[in-house]
Amino acid sequence: MGNLANLLLLLVILLNFFILGSSRLGACIQTAALQGALLACVPLLMNPISGHTLFLAGSALALKGVVMPWLLFRAIRQVRIRREIDPMIGYVPTLILGTVATAGAFIFSDHLPLVAAHRGSLVIPCGLATLGAGFLMMITRRKALTQALGYLIFENGIFIFGLLLTEAMPLMVEAGVLLDLLVAVFVMGIVVNQINREFSSLNVENLSLLRE
Amino acid sequence: MQLLIVSWLLLLTGGILAPALGRRPLAATLVGSGSAALGSLAGLAIAVGALANGQTTGLALATTIPGLTLSLRLDPLAAFFLLPVHLLGLLGAIYGGGYLRGREGRLPGLHWLFYNLLVASMSVVITAANALLFLFAWEGMSLASFFLVITEHQEPANARAGLIYLLATHLGAALLLGGFLTIGAFAGGFDFSAFAALSHLPGPTASLLFILLLLGFGSKAGLFPFHVWLPEAHPAAPSHVSALMSGAMVKTALYGLVRFLLFLPSAPGWWGGTLMALGLAGALFGIAMSAFQSDVKRGLAYSTVENVGLILLALGLWLFCRGRYPQLAALALIGALTHILNHALFKGLLFLGAGSLLHGAGSRNLNRLGGLMRRMPATGLCLVIGALAVTALPPANGLLGEWFIYRGFLEAGVRLKGLAAFFPLVIVGLLALVGGLALLVFSRLIGIALGGEPRGSRADLAHESGALMLVPMFVLAGLCLAGGLAPSLLLGPVLRVAKAIEPPAAPLLAQAGLLPLWLGGLAQGLALLLVLTALLGRWRKPRAVTPAVPTWGCGYLFPTRRMAYSAEGFSELAGVSFFCDCLRPRIEGGRSMRLFPGREVFRHQAPDLVLEAGFLPLFAWVAARCTRLRRLQSGLVHIYVFYIFSVIVALLGWVAIRL
Repeated sequence: MGNLANLLLLLVILLNFFILGSSRLGACIQTAALQGALLACVPLLMNPISGHTLFLAGSALALKGVVMPWLLFRAIRQVRIRREIDPMIGYVPTLILGTVATAGAFIFSDHLPLVAAHRGSLVIPCGLATLGAGFLMMITRRKALTQALGYLIFENGIFIFGLLLTEAMPLMVEAGVLLDLLVAVFVMGIVVNQINREFSSLNVENLSLLRE
Repeated sequence: MQLLIVSWLLLLTGGILAPALGRRPLAATLVGSGSAALGSLAGLAIAVGALANGQTTGLALATTIPGLTLSLRLDPLAAFFLLPVHLLGLLGAIYGGGYLRGREGRLPGLHWLFYNLLVASMSVVITAANALLFLFAWEGMSLASFFLVITEHQEPANARAGLIYLLATHLGAALLLGGFLTIGAFAGGFDFSAFAALSHLPGPTASLLFILLLLGFGSKAGLFPFHVWLPEAHPAAPSHVSALMSGAMVKTALYGLVRFLLFLPSAPGWWGGTLMALGLAGALFGIAMSAFQSDVKRGLAYSTVENVGLILLALGLWLFCRGRYPQLAALALIGALTHILNHALFKGLLFLGAGSLLHGAGSRNLNRLGGLMRRMPATGLCLVIGALAVTALPPANGLLGEWFIYRGFLEAGVRLKGLAAFFPLVIVGLLALVGGLALLVFSRLIGIALGGEPRGSRADLAHESGALMLVPMFVLAGLCLAGGLAPSLLLGPVLRVAKAIEPPAAPLLAQAGLLPLWLGGLAQGLALLLVLTALLGRWRKPRAVTPAVPTWGCGYLFPTRRMAYSAEGFSELAGVSFFCDCLRPRIEGGRSMRLFPGREVFRHQAPDLVLEAGFLPLFAWVAARCTRLRRLQSGLVHIYVFYIFSVIVALLGWVAIRL
């Protein structure tokens, strides 16, 4: 079972690279949805199946795999954009930075004093790498929509960390995290529409007019 | 203890309900001031009860926040400091009901929310037995009072006053936070019960803590040179809020200082010396500045600086003599505590009286007032009693506290050896100077505002305030007189607290015959003499009608009412002869030497030296240095995320290196 879980986690890292390197918004959203769906399966593989893990996997699948991609697709249909044009940092440098971050995550997690059960597991490096990819996404992209996507990936990273704690973490905390994510995407959606209406563009840079 | 929590809940409920009734000002005032009065009354009853039976009650509830437990403790010291908070909270609530009624077009709900929050948070500050809870309540108190200061924020001067207050209070809170974290690190917890470990602090750490706590609490108490917010904030706030802030909130800082000083190990001599030096400087500076103010409430605020200076001076002597000269320490401690209680009573009374003048005659400027004793006799009488108390004249209560302080320094001059004996005697001389100037300041206030003829048209039409405003003033005036006529009323609670802090204090003084209950006899005799003289005067001249004639105008044919002693003129002699140049007010124009004088403009300003020459240039300098940091604020979300990312990476790297 552990091998299958590790395989899924490796897939998640590969999907990170795909999202970092792709300019088509539709493909990015689909990839993020796929990543979320894959992650939703991991707790089932890592832990014995119980009501708790089933609920966690089910709600994660519903939210990350279905609801949020649907919301984001609706947003891009409303504002009629297909591509991220002219990112702050080009795609190739972003990919290189992503590689560096992933390598750094693996090196760093080797140094951590882990419990014996978690040593050698891919969970921690994969979580760190996904967090890094989310950060990079938020730093390099200009559109509010891709920023929301970056946030989604960032949350996936946190979810991966949560996998280690499924036994210890109360149900309410997980539900809270998922709800928090949903609200964040909603807010981003509102911001997207507002920026679009105010400035006829989705560039977050326009928000800098709001500074003091 | 549980009853006290109920009173807080009452305050909170009323405070939240009042803004909800915003559209109906009368209902909002009724709910807001009613709940404030009821909650304060309950708190007052609890404080009096706790002080009377002298027992310590407590309560502790755990929370999920690390370090924070909701632990409360009501011991004699806390109960003593609750007295002014809830007394002035109660009277201020009643007074405010009348004071705010005249202000049309403003919804009173929010005002009552912040008022109730202020009273409740002061009460929590005093009963908190956990440093974090203390700090939370402290911040709540600062913020609530900030919003009360800017009640009339439409005037730019009030907004500026609010800003200065907010800055001062936050800088002080930052120092306190530093101090509390140091304490927490050493004691291994934030509960006061764990702070017994602090008595083993090594000397340098203890001294650092003393400085942090002194500056942190001092900035709230009006310690020189951090008093700068007082003369700005007190005039800006509504009068019952000024009374509450000056009478009670400033005292919470003194409470904090005393409470935490008791945790620290026995003090080296220079702690008490520093406290005495700053206190004396504040007393001299405050009363000197007070003499130059033509704004009544600004003058009263400077007088608060002076009185806090006196209290700190006494606390300094207590700290200096603690463990070395028990009798001196007892005198100083009892003097400080008595003066704390007295100051709450008479300064509350004076601020309420000043508010009544403002309400009735429409101005705080002394040069617009005059002749108000005839137009507002009740307010005038209360102001006269308050002035008697603040200048420490019998038969009011102010004398008692100052007697202890003077006696403490005189005894110190006798007991200490060599050069050390010189300083207390010098301080006695300077205290006498402070007392003389206080006499000048308050005879000026009474003479210019209440005596003579009205100088402004609104003062001519002045009307007496309503019963809601007068009753609280009468209560305070009555308490001031009662404290003077029967000192045992004041000394009772003070001695109970002193027994809790320094157990041998009261018996020591009683043995040495140093409890001046005879002052009450003096005051009673004097009061009797005054009453008899008044009656005799009536009896000798039954209804003798004196014809009213104008004052002789030196032969000038067209005198106007403005041709009278101005407030500046009254204190000019003191300004010219006593003080150094730097303290003197700025005067422009007004001297005409030509034969046929033309139009002249006279300007008189007495800015705060510390603010103008110290803090404002300092902050301007810091701001100029910090403009480069503005570049960090790019306004781009990406850049902000990048900052977060780089900090996280740096932290992870640091962890990786450490492992």
